[in-house]
Amino acid sequence: MRRFVTGQAKNLIDHTRRHHHKTLRLLSLASSDSTLVSSPRLFSSSSLMSGSDSSSSSLPVTLDSLNPKVLKCEYAVRGEIVNIAQRLQEDLKTNKDAYPFNEIIYCNIGNPQSLGQQPITFFREVLALCSHTALLDESATHGLFSSDSIDRAWKILDLIPGKATGAYSHSQGIKGLRDAIAAGIEARDGFPADPNDIFMTDGASPGVHMMMQLLISSEKDGILCPIPQYPLYSASIALHGGSLVPYYLDEASGWGLEISELKKQLEDARSKGITVRALAVINPGNPTGQVLAEENQREIVDFCKKEGLVLLADEVYQENVYVPDKKFHSFKKVARSLGYGEKDICLVSFQSISKGYYGECGKRGGYMEVTGFTSDVREQIYKVASVNLCSNISGQILASLVMSPPKPGDDSYDSYIAEKEGILSSLAKRAKTLEEALNKLEGVTCNRAEGAMYLFPCIKLPQKAIAAAESAKTAPDAFYCKRLLNATGIVVVPGSGFRQVPGTWHFRCTILPQEDKIPAIVNRLTEFHKSFMDEFRN
Amino acid sequence: MALEYESLNENVKKCQYAVRGELYLRASELQKEGKKIIFTNVGNPHALGQKPLTFPRQVYSILQSILERLDIKNKNELVQVVALCQAPFLLEDPNVGMIFPADAIARAKHYLSLTSGGLGAYSDSRGIPGVRKEVAEFIQRRDGYPSDPELIFLTDGASKGVMQILNCVIRGEGDGILVPVPQYPLYSATISLLGGSLVPYYLDESENWGLDVNNLRQSVAQARSQGISVRAMVIINPGNPTGQCLSEANLREILRFCYNEKLVLLGDEVYQQNIYQDERPFISSKKVLMDMGSPFSKEVQLVSFHTVSKGYWGECGQRGGYFEMTNIPPRVVEEIYKVASIALSPNVSAQIFMGLMVSPPKPGDISYDQFARESKGILESLRRRAKIMTDGFNSCKNVVCNFTEGAMYSFPQIKLPPGALQAAKQAGKVPDVFYCLKLLEATGISTVPGSGFGQKEGVFHLRTTILPAEEEMPEIMDSFKKFNDEFMTQYENNFGYSRM
Repeated sequence: MRRFVTGQAKNLIDHTRRHHHKTLRLLSLASSDSTLVSSPRLFSSSSLMSGSDSSSSSLPVTLDSLNPKVLKCEYAVRGEIVNIAQRLQEDLKTNKDAYPFNEIIYCNIGNPQSLGQQPITFFREVLALCSHTALLDESATHGLFSSDSIDRAWKILDLIPGKATGAYSHSQGIKGLRDAIAAGIEARDGFPADPNDIFMTDGASPGVHMMMQLLISSEKDGILCPIPQYPLYSASIALHGGSLVPYYLDEASGWGLEISELKKQLEDARSKGITVRALAVINPGNPTGQVLAEENQREIVDFCKKEGLVLLADEVYQENVYVPDKKFHSFKKVARSLGYGEKDICLVSFQSISKGYYGECGKRGGYMEVTGFTSDVREQIYKVASVNLCSNISGQILASLVMSPPKPGDDSYDSYIAEKEGILSSLAKRAKTLEEALNKLEGVTCNRAEGAMYLFPCIKLPQKAIAAAESAKTAPDAFYCKRLLNATGIVVVPGSGFRQVPGTWHFRCTILPQEDKIPAIVNRLTEFHKSFMDEFRN
Repeated sequence: MALEYESLNENVKKCQYAVRGELYLRASELQKEGKKIIFTNVGNPHALGQKPLTFPRQVYSILQSILERLDIKNKNELVQVVALCQAPFLLEDPNVGMIFPADAIARAKHYLSLTSGGLGAYSDSRGIPGVRKEVAEFIQRRDGYPSDPELIFLTDGASKGVMQILNCVIRGEGDGILVPVPQYPLYSATISLLGGSLVPYYLDESENWGLDVNNLRQSVAQARSQGISVRAMVIINPGNPTGQCLSEANLREILRFCYNEKLVLLGDEVYQQNIYQDERPFISSKKVLMDMGSPFSKEVQLVSFHTVSKGYWGECGQRGGYFEMTNIPPRVVEEIYKVASIALSPNVSAQIFMGLMVSPPKPGDISYDQFARESKGILESLRRRAKIMTDGFNSCKNVVCNFTEGAMYSFPQIKLPPGALQAAKQAGKVPDVFYCLKLLEATGISTVPGSGFGQKEGVFHLRTTILPAEEEMPEIMDSFKKFNDEFMTQYENNFGYSRM
């Protein structure tokens, strides 16, 4: 940190000295450096965008003068179809009879509690006690709360300076909570974890943004991303002005990740002058639901090490594995098992409290574990984190709880396990029912959801449907999804929002509607698909 | 190595954020070594012992779990909450009614009914519609002009909102943002990260940090002559770190200036509750703009920011905030919405805190008396502390300090003697960093050097918050005075020579 403060001052002084004759004093003050005067590009571009001086009727901020990176980025999970769905939902309130359905079912987003999943009681008890500490002094509390939640709340409060849950914390998150997370990682992997490597974030997404910000300087910097991918990656890369370097997952082999494909795409990008900086891997996959085999992960780690890539491991679905033949292995564990330490590989692992069996999306909690970076790079990550002060404290507390849940013998253990198993086994059942139903549909094939929260079926759309979509100026899969929404009230996301092999069409559907709703969803979906195919069959 | 310092995004390396810089890190080290540190570097009231208001915490706590405890699993049953509180198993314990007053339970019920899926579900990316409606109603009550919930976005603290808006405005280094100097470094840091240009305008310390529109004109003209397209102007009212409150006349001039120069005005109004004098009460930019009438009220683009972290709430750890947009075209609002949606939603607990902040208990409510007592107590104490601190600084040798009219900070000017400047140079430190480090080592008081906020060349400051507990204030000021006066004596007497 020392460098920033003194460096700033140095720059400041140097600047004033260098440019005083150019009256750059005003530009040099608070931003530390400025290549403004020396940049010829600046003058040419600024003369193009001096709109503020020319037309007097125009507002300072219009669509035309927005940051083009903002215009470029897309985030389909909440795009056009969701907007239509929200309008329909509003209209349903007054026009019940106008539609062939009576409710909108949001299968577009992994938001379990909005579809009725209950929070884990123990987590919420601790949070309630931490947020209103006066409860801990009330005798009545002992009748209302489990005894281990009271113990845990005390422990957590003792970790927070001044017991102040309403205060900004350390920019990486409260140290004691990071200790708990590191211990949880250690217990999971069997390899040590350092609390100083943990950066707590408001959900996993800000961590991904932070890494993109660090890695991307221009469109010459590329990030290898799976296709199909979770659009956070494409959106974040676009916002930061970098290049997405795609690698295709192989649908025929259950969305397998082939090293030969990674190599091919890497070389292709390099031949175009792109410096590939990192490889993003989502495991378990979103939207594709595959769980990587350990052997495959070893190859990926070796590939990153050999090619000098940062491995960005999106592991937010680590608790969501539904098949007995697959197990989640963290990339950190795989790398350490191979004997690779801090010096061998740069690895960032993302975790969230929004997924798993906990599904606490609204709390916005998460962390990234950052390993293999030199201390000067880590200082920069810390600095960027500090501009936003800290992540929210409830989210921090929950992240620590998720990584250190009740243990056998604790008062809450039995109910905790029952709740957890209940949610996970029900998700597994729902995944299977939906997958089987989808595979029965004409022209639809669907890989099983080994993990995560989504199914990503492939639909062979008839030529006539594609033509109809074209004349409606929409992507064929978006056309299908809109029709589905209007006929059934089911909201799914077109595959084009995640990208896909050109000429193939998909949609993403969460497995999150409550179990008792699944049969009705299956019926409606099946009926809709039949009539759609009848209408458009070649 | 896959990621080295050299290959990092240059904008990241350039960005500075002094509030958590060298001084803060050294203070943390000292604290670890067991030294008592008084953190006055961040406006973080609860960390310095300010107690949270009771009512919002009660509502929040109920939302977390009490309802589940009572077996209330869905919204339809929620209407029975109050009745259920009379449930036999609760009646067995006479204390339960004292833990949660009925209005807190009712309010918890109300907020749960506004969410879809409780606190654990993502909300609309702009925030819960019902809470945005409450914010709009608050703004309308405050300003006397209508406010549209569709133009209000809730955020994880005000900083996130500032970043979102600047991200939309800044296309590259050719885009400039007018920022006051001294300024809160969120602005310089974000502009750096986004690769834009900061165009400073100086506040006049001798005029109690007044904002002179002529300075603005000069700054804009100079920037334009450098090829910078100035896009937006930031005002922080009440000021951070400078503590001044803008007058209505001054705000009018600023808005007229923005109109003439076609600038979006970003109004950082997070300290609107923190006012410690009576001549200039807080008045929002939005109200002044609407008072000005057409064409200004129809054409000046304004984004106003607010937070739950400041005021008498001081709920920093919740990360809750909002921004309200005025005269921003719908298609631009859509783009801002799109970018917000990538982050899914602001945290829901803080959204509810925001709802509570803009609609606190009313006279007649069970919790009103306690709420009024707590909030009044905090503000009155802050007002006294602002005075103790200003007076304390002004009693010190070579220190002059404007009165903290608002916000949470004192920003005294430290007139460093040449001997101190030289000693700083020898130590490889900026002079005010040197001074603040010495202060920290000698007294445990952790401040932020003025260079982190920007200041005129050759002039040095530090920023402290006025947040240490009132009873500790005299002692802190005594220990500061003792350090400062010795420091000054030492370096005045040892011109060109340092024994340190």
